[in-house]
Amino acid sequence: MEFLGYKRSNGQVGTRNLIGVFSTVVCANEVAEAVAKSVQGAVAFTHQQGCCQTPIDINLVSETLIGLGQNPNLDGVLLVSLGCESTDVKVIEKGISESGKPVESIIIHDVGGAAKTIAQGTLVAQQMVQKASQLKRVPCDISDIVLGLKCGSSDTTSGLAPNPALGIASDKIVAAGGTSVVGEVTEFIGAEHLLAKHAKDEAVGRQVLELVARMEARAKSVGADIRGGQPTGGNIKGGLTTIEEKSLGAIAKAGNASIQAVYEYGKKPLVKGLVVMDSPGREPEILTGLASAGCNVIAFTTGRGAPQGFPFVPVVKITGNRLTWERLRDHMDLNVSGIMEGKSTLAEEGETIFKKIVEVASGELTKAEISGYCKAMDIYTIGPII
Amino acid sequence: MAADALIINGEDNVATAIRDIRAEEEVRVAVGTSEKVVMVKEPIPYGHKFAVRDIDKGEHIIKYGEVMGRATRAIGSGYHAHIQNIESLRGRGDWTAKDK
Repeated sequence: MEFLGYKRSNGQVGTRNLIGVFSTVVCANEVAEAVAKSVQGAVAFTHQQGCCQTPIDINLVSETLIGLGQNPNLDGVLLVSLGCESTDVKVIEKGISESGKPVESIIIHDVGGAAKTIAQGTLVAQQMVQKASQLKRVPCDISDIVLGLKCGSSDTTSGLAPNPALGIASDKIVAAGGTSVVGEVTEFIGAEHLLAKHAKDEAVGRQVLELVARMEARAKSVGADIRGGQPTGGNIKGGLTTIEEKSLGAIAKAGNASIQAVYEYGKKPLVKGLVVMDSPGREPEILTGLASAGCNVIAFTTGRGAPQGFPFVPVVKITGNRLTWERLRDHMDLNVSGIMEGKSTLAEEGETIFKKIVEVASGELTKAEISGYCKAMDIYTIGPII
Repeated sequence: MAADALIINGEDNVATAIRDIRAEEEVRVAVGTSEKVVMVKEPIPYGHKFAVRDIDKGEHIIKYGEVMGRATRAIGSGYHAHIQNIESLRGRGDWTAKDK
């Protein structure tokens, strides 16, 4: 089975063909946004990090920006640096350029302020877009799909309908030779024993359990019950009572495929099939992590209605809550609430989700892309802001 | 199937309402392909849970056939099962080792 994608020079396949304008530090966000806004076909990725952090986090910011830059949905990348931040724009530029795509940097302090940098950056981005537009979609194998799995603003419908249906769709991608990446380690807590059973061997199973133990220890280290933060106030209003209940519903989206490997946040999988990636559950950080891992399409289930997409990876929104479908039509792409009402089966809706993923990978726009609701992103941090 | 609530696994002691349920309503609860009737004692909003049998204080709450927490007080059959009477056993940074 095939979809229509963009073949990059390094063999990777994109589902979009955009130019990324990244800030290397929070202080360069305004310029990156202004450049992207003035160039059709360019999108900004901005965040709150890049300075006054521990070396572990500065390294995580650099590596995540490199991963994002290497994402096959981008044909070229323009980096916007302030000039005094902790991240090293040259290191990020070099890392991205290893993918074979054009990368350029502009430094606000060197160019002489925001206005001049925006003008210079705009001209660079225009040239990159012109070059990118020469590439055409061609038939590509489903095995080139790298699917990110995410659920957000969950309620009790999430674990009953959209998550198990997405699990079926994910299994189909994996069976066709593709890759599926599941994160949200916080939302494994209480269900990790079930997930670990899907590991391809004991070592991978142990890694899954270790990730969860690390995340739970970190959450507990502040000395409070995590309820209210996980599950969130909205989850609780939606009927979810404990993190265990949320997790038992959340892991269903990983389907029944065997877990091939476990990766740190934002790392590109080196194997095909289902893989686990460390990440928290919050949208700005996990969506970024999935994009940095090379996901070229993301399937996102929601109960109460999480609206956000990602600047350069299409995010398909799937709800099993018919009230959310009726209220939030400008954010939801698929309604699978028929499962709850006995009007459709999990297998049928799994097939519907699979087909939608293939169509979106081939160019069909998601609601988040059409509305442009995808800008408030961030990069995961481990240590404090200092 | 026109059930009012769902039990996901036969071992579960709670069901999930798939419509708003009123107090003192007799509801049909689907358990796979079979069905049972439960008298609901208080209003249950769409998506919320109620006990499908009497649950003792300290007893595990079972959903998906798995432990999802424990009862902080007795929950009678048909009563709303949520944060007012269920606590989590995980992520409890507020517990010291002896509390467990």
